[in-house]
Amino acid sequence: MASFKTLHDTRLHHSLPRMGGVLSDPLNETSLHQLARLACIQLTEQELAVLPQQFDSILGLIDQLQAVDTHGVEPLAQAFDMPVRLRADEVTAKNQRELFQSLAPEVEKGLYLVPKVIE
Amino acid sequence: MNLDRTSLRELADGLRSREFSSVELTQAYLERAHHQNETLGCFITLDPERSLIQARAADQRLARAEGGPLTGIPVAHKDIFCTAGWLTTCGSRMLSNFVAPYDAHVITRFNEAGGVILGKTNMDEFAMGSSNETSFYGKVRNPWSLDHVPGGSSGGSAAAVAARLAPLATASDTGGSIRQPAALCGVSGIKPTYGRVSRYGMIAYASSLDQGGLMAPSAADLAWGLGIMADYDERDATSVARPEEDFFQDFERPLTGLRIGLPRQYFGSGVDADVAQAMEEALREYERLGAVRVDIDLPHSDLSVPVYYVLAPAEASSNLSRYDGVRYGWRAQQYGDLQEMIGRSRAEGFGAEVKRRILTGAYVLSQGYYDAYYLQAQRVRRLIQQDFLQAFEQCDVIMGPTTPTPAFPFGAKTEDPVQMYLSDIFTIGVNLAGLPAMSIPAGFGAQGLPLGLQLIGPHFGEARLLAVAHRYQQVTDWHRRVPVYAAAGERV
Repeated sequence: MASFKTLHDTRLHHSLPRMGGVLSDPLNETSLHQLARLACIQLTEQELAVLPQQFDSILGLIDQLQAVDTHGVEPLAQAFDMPVRLRADEVTAKNQRELFQSLAPEVEKGLYLVPKVIE
Repeated sequence: MNLDRTSLRELADGLRSREFSSVELTQAYLERAHHQNETLGCFITLDPERSLIQARAADQRLARAEGGPLTGIPVAHKDIFCTAGWLTTCGSRMLSNFVAPYDAHVITRFNEAGGVILGKTNMDEFAMGSSNETSFYGKVRNPWSLDHVPGGSSGGSAAAVAARLAPLATASDTGGSIRQPAALCGVSGIKPTYGRVSRYGMIAYASSLDQGGLMAPSAADLAWGLGIMADYDERDATSVARPEEDFFQDFERPLTGLRIGLPRQYFGSGVDADVAQAMEEALREYERLGAVRVDIDLPHSDLSVPVYYVLAPAEASSNLSRYDGVRYGWRAQQYGDLQEMIGRSRAEGFGAEVKRRILTGAYVLSQGYYDAYYLQAQRVRRLIQQDFLQAFEQCDVIMGPTTPTPAFPFGAKTEDPVQMYLSDIFTIGVNLAGLPAMSIPAGFGAQGLPLGLQLIGPHFGEARLLAVAHRYQQVTDWHRRVPVYAAAGERV
């Protein structure tokens, strides 16, 4: 199992510890924290308490797929094979910057404000 | 005018013959909605002033003998459709401050047709749910029994139509979100073929499955509305260009020789006895109309729920990553760095079910699981689609129960997410295969709760599907039944 220094480590880890389901070991709090970080959602103590059991139940459901023989079957991404359509490289929408920025939590001089990321 | 018993055609005739104006009609519906919304919770937003502006404009068009079949008629819109100037929440705290700056294509279509926006209907948060209990805006009650769920995710649209608070409502269906609530509330609903209705401005949940559709009392009403809604739109890459179609074209065609496919897997032991009985009676009615039964197999149908709960959460985790509290939507009050701002905004903005699905999606897409879960689910998805395509070589329409049971009480399935997921066992396969399907009222169970008959057609077979439903509704009156609760309300 991978180990992580702190829960606030901002690097995204794309390799998760094995957990849940027949594929893997049972889900634990550390792996759930890791999953929450991938999803950018801070979980509460209460959620951390109930999620493992619910997750086991969901993984039990989706693990049924492992028993199916799909040898030689092409994955189906959506209902029809649709060609990617291209349009002419022309401006079609009008500029509505002010309207769009009126929805933002915090703007200044036409810029969206977030906490400082570069020192 | 008795709003309990009025079809869209009658409303359109009444408007054209000046029996009543659009303003009067809109006011009548708004009064009903205002009166009953406190109990039923169907609408997240009602904005009479805005509605009446559209109604007055419709009256002017009608006075000039302009407009189309829907001009002046009030339509309720699911709160998943962005509606310019209207609060558009998708049932979530995340969008509780989001006044849409533009119209979804579906809204544009109804507006151009002269429809009046009656209000925005309640729904499960981001369309994730089968009972409307995940909405940030509180529960919607089933008008047939206030202790029972209306189904979901389009629970507000279904309950509004059932209580005749709206003559037509838009909805959306990713795994059964139109058909399941239509069945549980005793109304007619249609999920069109994937690609038939533009999703531009329809807030995304699982993009390979999402499709907009409608609910109304009857199949004829749905055909009326689908004529407006179905349209090619280059702004949706999945929109399919089709010649314009008259969805009434098959309405007079007899059902003689119609082959009804009955999947063995839809009539098994998990189906409630009242539901099974109602299906049998509906099939006898179809036989009297000249149809014949054909037994068919959908051998992979049990796998549709597991496939869905890999693919839909995976797509949701990607689609919902846009909600970061930067450009719009909920932002946490307290945070340190950017990462914490996003993590807290999402923690506060999303409810429990949405978080569960995002986490499930992040899990199945992560390295080491992608092949085993995600690609495997897509392979089984193809098997499920092939089952349907093979079945349609033997039959013209597939029928079965929309849901295994009637509506369940509040709280019955909230503790165990998998139990809730399994209530969509008969509807999910259709989305995986991209097929059109309907649910129509087909009787009542022992507790007086409505039961739904599901009709599934081949790709782009909506016209025939609507006609098959219509013929049944000419010889039955389940779709005309109105809950006592609504009948006791204000009349005009």
